[in-house]
Amino acid sequence: MSNSIPSSASYEPTGQRLPVKTGPLLELENLSTHYVSARGTRVVRAVDHVSLRINAGETLGIVGESGSGKSTLALTIVRVLPPAARIVGGRMLFEGEDLVQKTDDEMRHIRGKRIAMILQDPMASLNPLFTIGDQVAEPMRVHEGVGRATAWNRARDLLKSVRIPSPETRVTQYPHEMSGGMRQRIVGAIGISCEPRLLIADEPTTSLDLTIQAQYLNLLRELQRAHGLALIFITHNLGIVAKMCDQLAVMYAGRVVESGPVSRIFNAPRHPYTEALLNSIPRMSDSAQRLTAIEGQPPDLAALPAGCAFAPRCPRAFGRCREETPPELALGEGRTARCWLAAEASVDAAVIMSPSPQPFPRTRGEGGTRVAGG
Amino acid sequence: MAVIEAAGLSKHFHTRRGIFGGDRGVVRAVDGISFAIATGRTLGVVGESGCGKTTTAKLVLGLEEPTGGSIRFEGRDLQGLDTAARRHYRKSVQAVFQDPYASLNPRMRVDAIIAEPLVTNESLPAAEVRGCVLRLLDLVGLPARAADLFPHEFSGGQRQRIAIARALALSPKLIVLDEPVSALDVSIRAQILNLLRDLQAELGLSYLFIAHDLAAVAHMSHTIVVMYLGKIVESGEARTLARAPKHPYTEALFSAALPSHPDERREEIILAGEVPSPLNPPSGCRFHPRCPHAMPRCAGEEPRLMEVEGRLVACHLYDTDERRAPIRITAGASSVS
Repeated sequence: MSNSIPSSASYEPTGQRLPVKTGPLLELENLSTHYVSARGTRVVRAVDHVSLRINAGETLGIVGESGSGKSTLALTIVRVLPPAARIVGGRMLFEGEDLVQKTDDEMRHIRGKRIAMILQDPMASLNPLFTIGDQVAEPMRVHEGVGRATAWNRARDLLKSVRIPSPETRVTQYPHEMSGGMRQRIVGAIGISCEPRLLIADEPTTSLDLTIQAQYLNLLRELQRAHGLALIFITHNLGIVAKMCDQLAVMYAGRVVESGPVSRIFNAPRHPYTEALLNSIPRMSDSAQRLTAIEGQPPDLAALPAGCAFAPRCPRAFGRCREETPPELALGEGRTARCWLAAEASVDAAVIMSPSPQPFPRTRGEGGTRVAGG
Repeated sequence: MAVIEAAGLSKHFHTRRGIFGGDRGVVRAVDGISFAIATGRTLGVVGESGCGKTTTAKLVLGLEEPTGGSIRFEGRDLQGLDTAARRHYRKSVQAVFQDPYASLNPRMRVDAIIAEPLVTNESLPAAEVRGCVLRLLDLVGLPARAADLFPHEFSGGQRQRIAIARALALSPKLIVLDEPVSALDVSIRAQILNLLRDLQAELGLSYLFIAHDLAAVAHMSHTIVVMYLGKIVESGEARTLARAPKHPYTEALFSAALPSHPDERREEIILAGEVPSPLNPPSGCRFHPRCPHAMPRCAGEEPRLMEVEGRLVACHLYDTDERRAPIRITAGASSVS
């Protein structure tokens, strides 16, 4: 029975909890998750050769439109994929262990304990038939074998730490008795209840009002600092990334088209999609200016165009873009981009991995070797 | 000239509590608000859930009857309109809603969807209706062959274009845009916002733009109205209001808006608590329990909207008539003249 959660006061950062291990907490290498139809005729490459890393205590934003594969990526990391989805290749090294190779039973001990997840709709992630106390206490009882009374005491502390007023009465109440902001904070409390190393938040504030969203984001940041948590933010909102994240990965049609430190990408995007996305958001200061819209529609993942998936919408596409899929290039400063233009712009750009020649790789971990790093 | 003008507009809903429906509570969803929209202009309404912005939209659309105050359309009070004039009003005011997956009938072809307002309101020969539909499709940037397809064959952005084409079918004067882009993908939003601006310039439309994305509202609107629990707390020219909010609520709301750049550092005002229930709003200024500048007076006396530096603000901090020195605690905020 670990006694890592102080039972009296709210959470205080202690030196012991801070990361001691160096190197990435989670490293995805060439990860691919495909949805395969029942007869195997239709393959949707929702996550396609994704390589990312996140260090302990860091915040990684994964941005993309609907259908870009960002949520499937999150579900892949915690291995709660729908039946039609298969992890068809790659590795997920979490604290040195490959999550792809874990059995379902082993994953159950990791999920909720070492990796936790917050979903978009707090009403859907809370069970309406159980009290808040039961639901906040459940992970601790399951993962740490704590008794009911102890777990409930801790649940009260957790509610206090996520700023739920009068937690003593709230633990005995049901989800419908809470407001949307409170429910989302309770989901956050469940997420951190077992002191995970990594918290994945999938559009956690979409259903919240603006001032409540600001409260919640600040709370997440405080929790992150106090626990040395690594945070993955899955969002379509670049504002959240600008506010919260250290690292950014932009996804388009199942691939990471650009990644790197947030401020560098915002200041000088290297992929035309990222650039167009940044230009298309209205800014508070300049209302007279016309927005730069991205023409066309996101592609159908089951019928991707040849070459670069963004080429049909790209203002700077040229012949090669429509024929050859650009490889993921390391551009230095921890940045990567999948664009032929980036390859031309920087001579020293090194190919991280070649694009898969096979439409449907069968062996796990194939082609996952890094040729050169940034 | 103002296309539409609301004066002291109120909508109170009566709720029944208890099994006999005895104890009646009143939700003051919209409580005495006034605004005007001129031809070719956009009025943006911002506020959090429960502030009354959707009720305001419904009142303007004639979907709810006001319980107080009046709406004047082209100078005529809606209350006194006869059937024919009311029909004219309904034709002149159209709406585009948030979710283009819900607002288009999946069993109708696009052609029939866009033609429906024409068929019910004007007696046009079929060929002419078809011509109108094709013209409208062209106007919103859809190909003519779209007319014969069903809504499910379109993406979200294209569906919203269909909804806009339907709203334009009767050549309206005013379009109520209730969160028109929040259900759309980020890369598509700019397309629709640009389309709406182009249409406004081309057709001289007026918009009532409701959204919770403050940057989008600031981008689209000429004037912004900020609502809190059924009341207008501040209104003024869009850019000045967005850049230098006066009311503490507006200030907090705009400071809570997400930055557009990671290097952008703003002073954040994090409000405590949540919006109180409109069934039992706080006394005095409805914002006072959450207000960082609240004074004893705020709990007792309701502030009225007054002009402050070319804007309307309902806050005792700016009540200079009584020579009360406004106390501003926030560092860096401009002092009040």
